[in-house]
Amino acid sequence: MTATLPLWVTIPGTVLLVLAGLTTLIGSFGLLRLPDFFSRMHGPSMTNTLAAGATLVSSMLVSSAIAERPIIHELLITLFVSVSAPITGIMLLQAALYRNKARRSDDVSAEGNST
Amino acid sequence: MSAVFGYALWFAQACIAIAMLNGIVRMYIGPAAQDRVLAFDSIYMNGMLMLLTLGMSSMSTAYFDMALLIALFGFVGTVALAKFLLRGEVIEP
Repeated sequence: MTATLPLWVTIPGTVLLVLAGLTTLIGSFGLLRLPDFFSRMHGPSMTNTLAAGATLVSSMLVSSAIAERPIIHELLITLFVSVSAPITGIMLLQAALYRNKARRSDDVSAEGNST
Repeated sequence: MSAVFGYALWFAQACIAIAMLNGIVRMYIGPAAQDRVLAFDSIYMNGMLMLLTLGMSSMSTAYFDMALLIALFGFVGTVALAKFLLRGEVIEP
């Protein structure tokens, strides 16, 4: 299956794939274990930046070795992910802040009514 | 050396699968709606990485287009859900 890949692809490809796997695993456990939403946001951003970048560079190396010419299509995904991940983070953060504030003011008004 | 690359592909796929399972658990137990949207974001990014590793292991270029489409539509879906959480409707009049 991977018998035809040259050595300059397999060594950096292996290192980048192991790095991407470990980063994805650590980020997902952060998503699962951290206590509140604002600290949980930091976990998947590791996946969005380092793991996606490492996997895309590794995929670029492998497809360039298969086609025997430089293939840089994966830069499209890299560009798109690096542009879209901060936008997603900012919008989710605004939504969480708004919803926390709305819930807190609801609690305060409910306590004010009860007392 | 190529066998080591195959093991690295297997390792990365196993890590991404465990990450997707963690995202599913967070989507199930998530205390608020924004946690579920964050879990959805994480799951589609892991699915994109899984498709890229599948494309590397099968040495085909068809997986790249699927990964690009998943990145595009996942971003649109997450932005729409976050906008819905923020405003109550997606497209404001």
